[in-house]
Amino acid sequence: MNTDKTISGAEAMLQALLAEGVDTVFAYPGGSIIKVFDALYGHRTDLRQILVRHEQGATHAAQGYARVSGRTGVAIVTSGPGATNTVTGISDAMLDSTPIVVIAGQVSTDALGTDAFQEIDLVGVTQPITKWSYQIRSAEDIAWAVARAFYIAGSGRPGPVVLDFTKTAQMQQIEFKPAKIDYIRSYIPVPDPIEDQINAAVNLIDSSRKPLVLVGHGVELGHAEKELTEFIEKADIPAARTLLGLSALPSDHRLNMGMLGMHGNLAPNVKTNECDVLIAVGMRFDDRVTGTLSTYARQAKIIHLDIDKSEFGKNVKPDVTVLGDCRQTLRLLTERMSKSSHREWIESFKPLDKEEYDKVIDIAVNPKDGPLKMGEVVTEVSRQSPPDSVLVTDVGLNQMSASRYFKYRVPRSIVTSGGLGTMGFCMPAAIGATFGAPERMVLAFFGDGGFQMNIQELGTIMENGAAVKMILLNNNYLGNVRMWQQMMFDNRLSCTHMMNPDYCKIAAAYDIPYALVTDRAQLKDAVRQMISVKGPFILEAAVLEEENIMPMIKPGNSVDKMIFSI
Amino acid sequence: MIVHSENIAGILNQVTAVFTRRQVNIESLNVSASSIPGIHRYTITAIADHETIMKIVDQIEKKVDVLQCQYFTDDEIFMQEVALYKVVTSVLTENPEMSKIIRRYGAKLIEVNSTFSVIEKTGPTNDIIALNKELSKLGGLLQYVSSGRVAITRARIEHVNEYLEKMETRYGNN
Repeated sequence: MNTDKTISGAEAMLQALLAEGVDTVFAYPGGSIIKVFDALYGHRTDLRQILVRHEQGATHAAQGYARVSGRTGVAIVTSGPGATNTVTGISDAMLDSTPIVVIAGQVSTDALGTDAFQEIDLVGVTQPITKWSYQIRSAEDIAWAVARAFYIAGSGRPGPVVLDFTKTAQMQQIEFKPAKIDYIRSYIPVPDPIEDQINAAVNLIDSSRKPLVLVGHGVELGHAEKELTEFIEKADIPAARTLLGLSALPSDHRLNMGMLGMHGNLAPNVKTNECDVLIAVGMRFDDRVTGTLSTYARQAKIIHLDIDKSEFGKNVKPDVTVLGDCRQTLRLLTERMSKSSHREWIESFKPLDKEEYDKVIDIAVNPKDGPLKMGEVVTEVSRQSPPDSVLVTDVGLNQMSASRYFKYRVPRSIVTSGGLGTMGFCMPAAIGATFGAPERMVLAFFGDGGFQMNIQELGTIMENGAAVKMILLNNNYLGNVRMWQQMMFDNRLSCTHMMNPDYCKIAAAYDIPYALVTDRAQLKDAVRQMISVKGPFILEAAVLEEENIMPMIKPGNSVDKMIFSI
Repeated sequence: MIVHSENIAGILNQVTAVFTRRQVNIESLNVSASSIPGIHRYTITAIADHETIMKIVDQIEKKVDVLQCQYFTDDEIFMQEVALYKVVTSVLTENPEMSKIIRRYGAKLIEVNSTFSVIEKTGPTNDIIALNKELSKLGGLLQYVSSGRVAITRARIEHVNEYLEKMETRYGNN
């Protein structure tokens, strides 16, 4: 039936997205989704459409958008290879609890299961790496499926949702009315706080003499930055942050003790194995944070706050679990616990901070001679950039250096691939961030490896004038693996030295302003130029080829056994 | 383990994938309708320690369309299994031992024809395995199949009904 009241399933999909408040989609067309792109043509004014250069870029861009804005990011791709190209981004979003909805075309229902051109079983492929994955076979399903997708992606512990959108459903004509879903009977996104758990946690905190708080991504996801600050200030508890939790507490807060984990700061790692009560908030005891589990915080009573019950005891066995939204549970804890002071305990972090500064930081950020170092570039960029800038990183040494030395002043200031460790994440994620937070400066740190892994997205930057400030820390190596090869594989540098292209020419080809810094004396001016130029910029820093990021917890070692050199 | 889920395609995959990732073998698995319309019930038998099984339970329950996942030890449930044994009819008629065994195990014949006969046995897993062994010894066993366990909890409250009531009271009839 094709009456005046009916629209195509493809058009219904877009109206459903608009009803969910979607303002931007990251998209790449293809045969099985062409009807949706035809409908997009009619929405050029009310739905921003960013044509990426590869579907992986669409998913990372949706992630970057989501991470800075808190809203669900959307990617639209075609079936088959278009769909499989999103798998890395979907996995990344799953591990880093990022709300995205990926809409992929699919062959028509009568061709399903026939190995039709560009047909793959996307639901089968993505079920283990999504919160929900669903095939829309009939246009009647669209309103329900889209409403459910956005509800699931954005609620509770956020994550990716896949909608596998058959051509049949795209083509059908229906009368459409968007749906709203805020309840699924089999799904409890935000469990109610449990009285006994809160009281048990309060008792432990009140009796502790050397408490330590671990701040995870969950604090930002739960918009609980203020509640966290009130909590640690009232009980005077030092706090350390995970990689994804870095901007949940400002760098200069007096109770901020730095970053946890493999390349985190010395004091919080060492003190993890000295504290008497460890309070983990919205974090999942990733192995990069804990080092070897058998020696992790064995002396401490552990309180674990999380919205996801399956995280309790997954890696570290807690003594007290506090289930719920940490914004609520932290507030309850703060209300009920006593005010206290742990001055001596907090002071005891300082000698370790000094030791790390003397042995590592001073050398990394204030070198007097020799080639440029990553840490000094990060420090200079952080110093000159606006206080609300967003740090986006790739993966590897650039990521560790940037996350260690960047100064976080406001929430949602770090976008990085923590769980999956996806090289190539940075460029598309940074593009997404410029659309998710157009008023903020987006600073993207890469190594030369990761820069080239999604280098095609320079086209997206060019076409949209996306104001990504790209800082390429070029050491002509896949540096992190090179460092491990030197440390653990007898310096056999297998496939880690890399011949690089002339990035100046690449920048010119994409018409993006570019500066090269080879000498320390040029750094300040080049950074100033990058920041003052409107729009995108590539700043290439020729950094020390074999610089290592220290300190480090070697794989299989305890958190309190950090090394300062290899 | 007893899992209740919505009747949506693909949940079986999701449930079994959790076992695979955790490297626990499923000994038996049964899927059927439950007493609540539209809700499926999975009965899964596996051997694992408490800690491992709890991790599996939490990860299964986390699936959006799973209503509830609970695990029980053998003493917390009534469980039964059904098995069918296909034997050569001549062995059954010529060897009186076979009829004795069938009677001893409380099994019954559900088909007898000139070529083969089918024995059905309902009971605990151990009996079913034992009967298989005894029939094999006599020779002439052509096929053996068992259903895997189905189980009913001994608890006086029905956890799923309670869960659904709680959700409905809290969120109304959305």
